[in-house]
Amino acid sequence: MTKGPRDKRMSIDEVVGELRDGMTIGIGGWGPRRKPMALVRAILRSDLKDLTIVSWGGADVGLLARAGKIRKLVFAFVSLDSVPLEPNFQRARQDGTIPELVELDEGMFQTGLNAAAQRLPFLPMRAGLGSDVLVNQPWISTVTSPYAAADGTHEELVAVPALHLDVALVHLNRADKHGNATYLGPDPYFDDLFCMAADRAFVSCEQVVDTAGLTVDTPVQRLLLSRMLVDGVVETPNGAHFTTCTPDYERDERFQRAYAAAAGGSAEDWAAFEQRFLSGDEDAYQAAVAAFAEEGK
Amino acid sequence: MSSTGSTDSTGSTATTRADVCAAAIADAFRDDGEIFASPMGLLPMLGVRLAKLTSNPDLVISDGESLFLAGVPPLFAKADVVEGWIPFRKVFDVVAHGPRHVMMGATQVDRHGNQNISAIGDWARPKRQLLGSRGAPGNTVNNRTSYWVPKHSPRVFVEAVDIVSGVGPKRAKEAGPGAARYNDIHRIVTNLAVLDVRGADDTVRLLSVHPGVDVEAVREATGFELEVPAEVPTTREPTAEELVIIREVLDPKGLRFKEVPQEAPHEVPQEVAGR
Repeated sequence: MTKGPRDKRMSIDEVVGELRDGMTIGIGGWGPRRKPMALVRAILRSDLKDLTIVSWGGADVGLLARAGKIRKLVFAFVSLDSVPLEPNFQRARQDGTIPELVELDEGMFQTGLNAAAQRLPFLPMRAGLGSDVLVNQPWISTVTSPYAAADGTHEELVAVPALHLDVALVHLNRADKHGNATYLGPDPYFDDLFCMAADRAFVSCEQVVDTAGLTVDTPVQRLLLSRMLVDGVVETPNGAHFTTCTPDYERDERFQRAYAAAAGGSAEDWAAFEQRFLSGDEDAYQAAVAAFAEEGK
Repeated sequence: MSSTGSTDSTGSTATTRADVCAAAIADAFRDDGEIFASPMGLLPMLGVRLAKLTSNPDLVISDGESLFLAGVPPLFAKADVVEGWIPFRKVFDVVAHGPRHVMMGATQVDRHGNQNISAIGDWARPKRQLLGSRGAPGNTVNNRTSYWVPKHSPRVFVEAVDIVSGVGPKRAKEAGPGAARYNDIHRIVTNLAVLDVRGADDTVRLLSVHPGVDVEAVREATGFELEVPAEVPTTREPTAEELVIIREVLDPKGLRFKEVPQEAPHEVPQEVAGR
């Protein structure tokens, strides 16, 4: 009898136990959408430090910046959408508390992940040319086409460096215990690319289902992640909170406003928010969030 | 001066500045043909949808998330009919491919049409961190790009932006044909005027002033020497059809007045507005 593929189920803390100081960690999702927030919260609780974070950023970046976990940030934007500017990220930038920053165009970011996914040192791209992205990142070079254009010129393009990751953290709607996973919302974002750019990838999900359950009520095209790309699977219900996880839930706008107010407020405001929501484990967080939602009714 | 642009005593039926801006934005997309119109922000979304319902029905529009909309719903309404899928990864494909016109916001725009949405001050240690460069570098070297500025002021229109997120034509040419080939900064629409970047030496040029706005007022609200032609036309007024579409179809709740207040004409000094 065959045994079948490995069972990769893990706990949140076991995932964090796989991380080391100084690692380069890619965080999936997009801005305030389907972020692996339960895993981010677990990093906040850990002693991990000096991390390089690669993210189309939202509160994941804001929280890690506020906690002093980021030594280097690779970003194209950091936004909460309905709150356009992320207060914790703003504060970190204005106080100069993130030692090293790499600001890219958001398409360059995808190209950098693609290069890493394809094990290439760079890929050429037009984005970045003429902008201060190249001025502020003088280590990013250009490359000249060996082929002449119709007018005889040889185009000079940005050589977008590969964004190689030690670890990718992503959150999807459903996964099986082997690491096959589907998104059920309108956009896959780039979670497959994060996994391919990383040495190891951990997927958290709303629900672990058996393999047949992955396609029972949704098209096979939604199977974004193959188990080849995944090293660990964690079931974290409401694990993207307070970002979107459509259709399981939408963004918790009321909570996000409270987060932004605390982040943009006084030290006491932030301490109170941390005390209420971030001082315990994930179960404590979810209980505090449920109590907060109850107050709003 | 025309009655347009000021609130008359009868109140609600007067054409407002926001309506003029919506029509001017629609005009920026009039000749684009069958391309993806990507408005960032409320007035650009209103103007693009107005264009699709009037001058350019071929425009491709989205819900701002991941769906191409076959219909033209009111601002922030759910789609009725969907005609395609445009997740972020495919947006980048369209940007590189080219059939797109984006209208972005701008915290700063300079004399050479460079735009900044990244941060104010020194990049290494900004006085005020904004969004980050987002897609501005890629947009401006790949597809047609316009800007919407709801409050035209010397704080926005500066001699040189602190950080170049969006690339103006002069910078693009200096960066070589790879950057300049598809660089196309089309229009800058503000609450006061319509401008472009086809002045001498690729500088910002005044194309028209909105009804009730004086050329001098635009000069004073611009923090660099603006190229002003000898004759400056007045931005056209919305047609009756456009006003009905704006007021009754696309924005019945008057969300546009949050960006361009109905009171806007009164903020212009009398000695300027009254001439």
